Amino acid sequence: MKPFTFERAPSPAAAVAAAARQPGARFIAGGTNLLDLMKLQIETPAHLIDVNGLGLDRIEPTTEGGLRIGALVRNTDLAADPRVRRDYGVLSRALLAGASGQLRNRATTAGNLLQRTRCPYFYDTDQPCNKRRPGSGCSAIGGMSRSLAVIGVSDACIAQHPSDMAVAMRLLDATVETSRANGAPRRIPIADFHRLPGDTPHIETVLEPGELITAVTLPRPLGGTQLYHKVRDRASYAFALVSVAAVIQRDGSGRFAVGGIAPKPWRVEAAEAALRQGAASAARLVLAGARPTADNAFKLPLVERTLAAVLAQASTSGRTA
Amino acid sequence: MDADTDLASSLSPPDPIPCDADAHAISRRGLLIAGAGASAAVAAGAPLDAAAQPAARSVPSPQENLVASTRVTLTVNGQSHTLVVDNRTSLLDLLREHLQLTGTKKGCDHGQCGACTIHLDGRRVNACLTLAVMHEGAAITTIEGLGTPEKLHPMQSAFVRHDGYQCGYCTPGQICSAVAVLDEIKAGQPSHVTPDLSARPLLSIDELRERMSGNLCRCGAYSNIIDAMAEVAGVPVPGAGDRRPA
Repeated sequence: MKPFTFERAPSPAAAVAAAARQPGARFIAGGTNLLDLMKLQIETPAHLIDVNGLGLDRIEPTTEGGLRIGALVRNTDLAADPRVRRDYGVLSRALLAGASGQLRNRATTAGNLLQRTRCPYFYDTDQPCNKRRPGSGCSAIGGMSRSLAVIGVSDACIAQHPSDMAVAMRLLDATVETSRANGAPRRIPIADFHRLPGDTPHIETVLEPGELITAVTLPRPLGGTQLYHKVRDRASYAFALVSVAAVIQRDGSGRFAVGGIAPKPWRVEAAEAALRQGAASAARLVLAGARPTADNAFKLPLVERTLAAVLAQASTSGRTA
Repeated sequence: MDADTDLASSLSPPDPIPCDADAHAISRRGLLIAGAGASAAVAAGAPLDAAAQPAARSVPSPQENLVASTRVTLTVNGQSHTLVVDNRTSLLDLLREHLQLTGTKKGCDHGQCGACTIHLDGRRVNACLTLAVMHEGAAITTIEGLGTPEKLHPMQSAFVRHDGYQCGYCTPGQICSAVAVLDEIKAGQPSHVTPDLSARPLLSIDELRERMSGNLCRCGAYSNIIDAMAEVAGVPVPGAGDRRPA
């Protein structure tokens, strides 16, 4: 790990001010991804600002009937919150499908959204990677790409977004609340939060340098049957090959988002209108424009089958509910 | 390269805020460990008053002229410690290298294997994936604090009874995790295999297995580990009698 200076920020305003003073600084919360990457010198911040003392660790109702989740709420606490379990079950389920108990005890809501890809070439510092070293090339294209993205990709990068939580957040139309470097607040719809790689895969979100996530808000609950189905190589503690988050209403209408297949949580609202025609129609629409490799083309039928499993489960739960 | 100077002779009063880059440099080898309540001086640089910093202050490159150490006070197994550590020190390395509590093991050092599992403020975490300096005021329990050879924790003695290990390297992490898992179920925290999010999780073998997935055992002692946990939790294990050593 490269040496770095360190400070503990006492308030969001102090954290943002500290970041503005120190170009190259990074905020650290749970650290479960950042420290992993720092040990490998994939991330080499000159200065760390510890934001664990900011007090952004509460879950509160909003005046609109939704929930405001503090940026520092740990994954364990968010998944176990009685309001989340009752009204946003898909979010609990997505969180519980991710990582391990130890990691969820540290990982935060904001940090989870900022997780970086687990593309093996991003992690291998001996290999070219446009995300890690812009302009060096993509080793994944033409390399081992079984776990990587099939849609939203570019000629520069086919890395996938690893988060489960973010897929549920996208499904629920969450809003990311931030404090900009000048202290001004900003609200970013989750749909606009993550960027597609294009020719700048190293820029993964619309956050500005020094901008701090303060909360994630959820709109009013959607009701319906809420499901998160994750397909992976092990039954537990593995990243998704494909995951489907869905909220299905009694009349068969609903919405769904897909994880493990794209550089961001993948949701196509137009595909949701086709849900009542079945998984094949909806999957065709959500995957329109997919560019899989030979290694990961299996993800296309897997999306359809996972969605079919979710719809079948929703229809069973709907009958018994 | 900074000399390993006598830190105590050049110290200003302890300041909890990071050392200024321009102030007394502390070499990374010059780590000072001061015991709890000891009158020994604690290494720290000049106070850094954030507000007093010029806005356009130049930042040294990470490689040169950087004071990259911070003072931290934390409680480990009931005993308070104040140390100045290189900012890069993981909580795991603080325990093992600075406090000589080598019961906690370093496996992958990347949060994948669970060998370094400890209890941080009552919750199990991977000690390798968090910085020591992030835990000012924290209370930590390691395997050494869970039980002693004379007075084993019930989970420790159950692991012995059920042969819940082979080489033993992952065992401290497995035991720390296992103790926390039973607490988590008792507290009503759901897991991936909890069938109904609106109900309390049941104490079942499936729940124990899922919740232990962050602790890998290369020797494959999993079934005996689950038997040990089940015994402590009071869960009947189907067929456990066949596997259980005499």
